[in-house]
Amino acid sequence: MELGFGAEYDAFRQEVRDFIGQHWPPADGNLKSRENERAFVIAATERGYLHRAIPKRFGGSEQAADIGKAEIIREELTKARAPAGRIPGNGLVVPTLLEWGTEDQKDRFIAPTLRGDIVWAQGFSEPNAGSDLASLRTKAELVGDKWIINGQKIWTTHAHKATHMFCLVRTEPDAPKHAGISYLLIDIRQPGVTVRPLVQMTRQKEFNEVFFDNAETPADMLVGERGRGWNVTRSTLKHERSGISSMTWSLSMFRDLVKMAKEVERDGAPAIKDPRIREELAAIEGQLMSLTYSTYRATSHDMHDRDIGPFQTMPKLYMTELAGRISRLARDIIEDDFTDMGGARLKWIERFMISLSMSIAGGTSNIQRNIIAERGLGLPRDRSQGAGA
Amino acid sequence: MNFLLSDDQLALLTSIEDLLRDRCDSLRVHKIFDVEGEAQYDSELWAALADMGLPAIFVPEEQGGLGLGMVDLAIVAELLGAYAAPVPWLGHALAIVAIALGGSDAQKAKWLPRLAAGEILATVAFGEGKGAWLPGEWQLSAAGGLIGTKLLVPNAAEADLIVVGVAEGLALVEKGAAYSTQRIDSGDRTRPVDTVVFDGAEIELLTDGLAVRDRLIDAAAVLIAADAFGGAERCVTMSVDYARVREQYGQPVAGFQGLRYQLVEMALATEPARGLYWYAAHAWDALPEKAAHAAAQAKAHLTDTYLQVTRDTVEAHGGIGFTWEHDTHIYMKRAMLDWAWLGSPGRHRLRAADLAGW
Repeated sequence: MELGFGAEYDAFRQEVRDFIGQHWPPADGNLKSRENERAFVIAATERGYLHRAIPKRFGGSEQAADIGKAEIIREELTKARAPAGRIPGNGLVVPTLLEWGTEDQKDRFIAPTLRGDIVWAQGFSEPNAGSDLASLRTKAELVGDKWIINGQKIWTTHAHKATHMFCLVRTEPDAPKHAGISYLLIDIRQPGVTVRPLVQMTRQKEFNEVFFDNAETPADMLVGERGRGWNVTRSTLKHERSGISSMTWSLSMFRDLVKMAKEVERDGAPAIKDPRIREELAAIEGQLMSLTYSTYRATSHDMHDRDIGPFQTMPKLYMTELAGRISRLARDIIEDDFTDMGGARLKWIERFMISLSMSIAGGTSNIQRNIIAERGLGLPRDRSQGAGA
Repeated sequence: MNFLLSDDQLALLTSIEDLLRDRCDSLRVHKIFDVEGEAQYDSELWAALADMGLPAIFVPEEQGGLGLGMVDLAIVAELLGAYAAPVPWLGHALAIVAIALGGSDAQKAKWLPRLAAGEILATVAFGEGKGAWLPGEWQLSAAGGLIGTKLLVPNAAEADLIVVGVAEGLALVEKGAAYSTQRIDSGDRTRPVDTVVFDGAEIELLTDGLAVRDRLIDAAAVLIAADAFGGAERCVTMSVDYARVREQYGQPVAGFQGLRYQLVEMALATEPARGLYWYAAHAWDALPEKAAHAAAQAKAHLTDTYLQVTRDTVEAHGGIGFTWEHDTHIYMKRAMLDWAWLGSPGRHRLRAADLAGW
């Protein structure tokens, strides 16, 4: 057993480090400049470090999938605070286009998306179609060589910064629930589209409502077959995700908590010396270690093509519950400051709220429980759900 | 990254599991569990496991063993936990760890080959009551003959050799020395435990006992955690299987959301904890700086989880789960012993906090 990636990867890690050392920070020292970022991403892509699953002719680096290499690249970029080539807006559209798009769609959209010239919003959720996405009602009619779109989307992340939307619409009103849906690409900088921000309980604005009022998109902006949009959404990048990077957030939140527990005084001593706080902190650490090392285990199994087992359905719910537990302990430590939104502990008050968004976004915790029940434990389907949900 | 079991380890597990499936099924465990009078162990199963080389796992090759490490011991502990195997493995394995780590060449040569072959049985004595389990808390002294009491000693009555935690380190006490044993009704009749009263017993100190006793305690914590994982995982499987076949209102109860979510919570508590106990075993073998903290965390988290999962298991089975003839209470009683033996989760959490430097 070993927790590192092993000797065969040491040389690769050194290469990545050398490359980053030569290119970042940039020569003029300006870390914020978009030009510098763009130059770095282009150079790193040429070296095969970024956009690894995307073919060269669409601006990617076309590398064989290798979870270990991908993870090392992520680690080294994070350490150096170098740009990671994250696709602005919603990068999900790229794998979808690679799998289902026409040659023309791929040529027109993928490279500009990687460069950040086109920024996407995801138009899936609607006010009455959340977890039950197939109930969506936004409709598109083909009139001549154009689709005419009417309806509303909601929870659309960063729509106010986006140029385009990939969108699920109902094109066959008479077809059964899942069968009448198509996948369209829409330029949202047009008079028929209105974007209205939603204010969250934390006062932040990340999501929007998007209204379509006779909005238009050309007929050839249909991805995949008409009426087969449900299947089109189910493509993901050739998988190089290990879950290790998604744990970083929980780990850093926990480290912050320990730091704060040492700083805050209660009854004349640091809070961390209070046995109740201390024991709960250790209990949280035990959960965090479980998550951490099960993730390493899952990554190793993945790299060696072995079955991971039910754990692969669990990280999201586990992290959600852990974040809630961390927030509650933070609350117990800050006590009176818990109601001071203008004070030094605002970050923890916000986290107390933000941790709730984890139990909603990307499939509510109860939806996660159904996924674990069915895909993790092999229980029969929840009979209250329609087919294909 | 290689955080997985090797082919050799998987092969070891397969061969042991084949034997357990055959010789340690539920009926057999119940038969041992239900013996009138004091709890006994399954001597036939123990002999069969010894023939397979189970006790030899950690014994160095020089003394006729397999020379394997803590990860190998821990995955075996997991398997024995899953089958609720009524064999005196835990104490025996830990006595071997103690002698292999802390014994002189002569002590190793004298004891390890026979322990590896399963010719004689050994155990370990740590607890002194009121939550005192750890080396710093040991009051018993080896000076001038051993006097005092150790609690919850696995299979002390049957043991030929006891490794006793003392203020001076670790002491070997052979059968026939001045001590008496009293079998305790601990609930867990698959792993009998005794109170041992030493009355001036003759001892021999392990040469490096003082230096290795903390590491021995970490090993005990890892093996208990592994047992807890094996048992908890088995309980989740048992509950899921039952929910699929038990019907009410004309359908399997697995279709009812309330119960489904309970099963999910059990699995969510159990499955990720595997990584923690693996890490603790791996740290014991390879990461000396991290080993004590990881062992304390594993002991605390896994035994807490196991006990809760066994409670949920009884609930998931309804009335049948509360009967003597079912397996649920056997696992619950093992979980109770795992929770208490070597110190409660709360104590180990506070120890983990100290070790983390908080």
